[in-house]
Amino acid sequence: MRNTARRAVQVVCVLTTASLLAACGAGKERPSEDGTAVGVTDTTIKVGAHFPLTGPAAPGYSEIPSGHQAFYEYVNDNGGVHGREIEMVVKDDAYNPTNTSAVTNDMILQDEIFAMVAGLGTPTHRAVVQRLNDDGIPDLFVSSGSLQWGDDPASSPMTFGWQPDYEIEGKIIGQYVKENMPDAKVGLFLQDDDFGEDGEKGARQFLDSQIVDVQKYTPGGSTDFAPQMSSFKSKGVDLVLGFNTPSYTALSQIAAQGVGFKSKWFYSNVGSDPALVGGLLASMTKGKIPAEQGVKLMDGMMTTEYIPGVDAPEDEWVKLWQKVWDEYSKKGSEKLTNYRIYGMSQAYTFVQALQANGKDLTRESIVETIEKEGASFEGPGLAPFRFSEDSHMGISGTSVVELKNGASEPLTPVLVTDIGDAPIEEDDSAASDAPPSSGLPE
Amino acid sequence: MERLRSFTGRVRSVPLLRHLLVALVAFVVVAAIIGSSSQYLQTRYAEMAFFAIAAGGLTLLTGLSGQLSLGHGALMAVGAYAATLVLERTGGETLADVFVALLVAIAVCAVVGVIVGVPAARLHGPYIAGATLTLAVAVPRLANQWDFLGGEQGLQVPVPRAAELPGWIQDLVWFFTAAEIDQYSFLAYLGWFLLVLAFVALANLSRSRVGRRWRAVRDDDVSAELAGIHLGRARVVAFTVSAMCAGLAGGLMAMNVRLTAPGAFTITLSLTLLAAVVLGGLGSLTGALIGAGVLAFLPHFATDLGESVGLSATQAAEVTPVVYGLVLMLVILLAPAGIVGSLRTFLARSSLGSTKEKTT
Repeated sequence: MRNTARRAVQVVCVLTTASLLAACGAGKERPSEDGTAVGVTDTTIKVGAHFPLTGPAAPGYSEIPSGHQAFYEYVNDNGGVHGREIEMVVKDDAYNPTNTSAVTNDMILQDEIFAMVAGLGTPTHRAVVQRLNDDGIPDLFVSSGSLQWGDDPASSPMTFGWQPDYEIEGKIIGQYVKENMPDAKVGLFLQDDDFGEDGEKGARQFLDSQIVDVQKYTPGGSTDFAPQMSSFKSKGVDLVLGFNTPSYTALSQIAAQGVGFKSKWFYSNVGSDPALVGGLLASMTKGKIPAEQGVKLMDGMMTTEYIPGVDAPEDEWVKLWQKVWDEYSKKGSEKLTNYRIYGMSQAYTFVQALQANGKDLTRESIVETIEKEGASFEGPGLAPFRFSEDSHMGISGTSVVELKNGASEPLTPVLVTDIGDAPIEEDDSAASDAPPSSGLPE
Repeated sequence: MERLRSFTGRVRSVPLLRHLLVALVAFVVVAAIIGSSSQYLQTRYAEMAFFAIAAGGLTLLTGLSGQLSLGHGALMAVGAYAATLVLERTGGETLADVFVALLVAIAVCAVVGVIVGVPAARLHGPYIAGATLTLAVAVPRLANQWDFLGGEQGLQVPVPRAAELPGWIQDLVWFFTAAEIDQYSFLAYLGWFLLVLAFVALANLSRSRVGRRWRAVRDDDVSAELAGIHLGRARVVAFTVSAMCAGLAGGLMAMNVRLTAPGAFTITLSLTLLAAVVLGGLGSLTGALIGAGVLAFLPHFATDLGESVGLSATQAAEVTPVVYGLVLMLVILLAPAGIVGSLRTFLARSSLGSTKEKTT
């Protein structure tokens, strides 16, 4: 007994000494600070992003990073940006904010990323915004239209939005409905977080008196929306505005059919991809509604559009995306989708910002570059960016469209506006941008 | 020398002193390891610490008093929300804020422990498992009922910045590790300091009269009752102590994740805690520690491994639970008594073998 105890003490002493020695020798490896930042070398730039690669939000959204990666590979094979190749780390957060916090931690500390680019989701990204800003890590082009990415640059100076925010989208939808369907009884179908809240705020600027019912859902909660649809039905709703993700477009359609609720539908851009929703309808009803019929079901629905999509194969941008995707998709069998286009469009803006920044890249310089020059970036967006020192909001407008056979037909020209009571105006200054012949931003 | 020996002899014979001594040495070793690790590893160690505290409490409950809880994830949620609300109100800028928050988390969970423990004490086996299971399913959903709990998006958790910590802590850390303390190392030190304290308390409790009562209740409740042990009281106390551990773990988890949201406290969390306890070896605190280590490191290891053999990020994410499940199955097949339990049997057998050799 005494022997084992003595041996244990000896072992502990040796261990203590060894680890203390290790502690003395281990000067923490700090990346060099001379002119370059963490995650940047003379030949590489490493960025990271969190996406739902598994779980209920994965359909569609998990395709976005493949768009990014395809475009970065295309850029890298054409000499990179100022001689640097872009490498993107993608981590799965399953659309769960707690996981987002954990994987972001890993990307900062283990992968040592230079910047977060296009991290997806309102509730998920909200979990890490403070963290990224505290650590001075650029948080560029968040894949969500929440106001919080751009309306207060003083509190989150490193964060930038990219797509039109949900408030201006709500405003443009609200004005369209008020002008064209002044007698409609409107029901709101909202995701119960900032996404739904911002959209509601915008829509209420125009529709406050027309809204007769508001139904909310919690992502990851119930999948049966019969009660909500029955409520719409009983209140005589004849136009539903949905600020919801694609799975819930499909779920609301199934529930509406189930309770015999007939209405006009207007889904905001996020939840309206016809190909994805059609596929979801097919899988959720176990094939009772085949995918083609699901796409048909979307006929006559209204939504908004701010970048050209797969339904416009003749668009110069879509031609570029198709070329890049054909060449760089990992598996040849996968098709170009609107989500991959979305990823490539964001990637294009990021490369544009790196180009504009010049060779001396630091975390501060990229933020400064976007603030100074971002408003003049030309890209696939139908409306210009709003980037400045006072606003980190992304694309300033969208057009209202109607779906027919899985394609969109414009109902309005491009309408631009800003948050608050900024007026809504027609603007086609960015709609005619065409990609440079090299396909690389200049 | 003789005096020293008699002193160490006395220390060894009194469990509390012995545990404190081991704890002190353990903490010095741990602090040295934390101090020399990268920030990334420090966050993993901090994660291991709060899992170990929760698993330690569960070990006490399941291993010693024989009550099976599938609801410890929910108790962690209660602790996490309690701590978060306190940190929100106080600003979470000083060490005092942190300790107040953790104490509140422990206190709230003690109350919840009593409330749940009283009816649970009347239940056996699968019935108590079912009752605690409903807890795990229902409690996190409460966050969606009241606005001040932040709904699905959760609440942000303020954590003191390194510069706001008292000077003596900064000096102490500098003295021992020659590295400046930062948020990551602070949380790792804090986690392990509390882990060591909690384990000393738990080890002591299990060696004491209380612990003996729990074992008696677990092994044979009829004879325990005949021996004059109040079954209900023993069970409720065990549940409460275990809930307090879960509360502390939840509070630490909130600070580490820096977000408290229902998505963190799914039924999976309760089950993985139980898995950690079984993996390490039921009834042993060392086992709980090892199980927690596996919990904190294995998923990341599996994802990295997946990516290093050329899987895409999606595939690597999908492969992680598979690896986790396989490890669990292998341990249960090859070491049914858990890692520590099987090691013990193995050591006992080999020392038995050597003494036999000597006698023959």
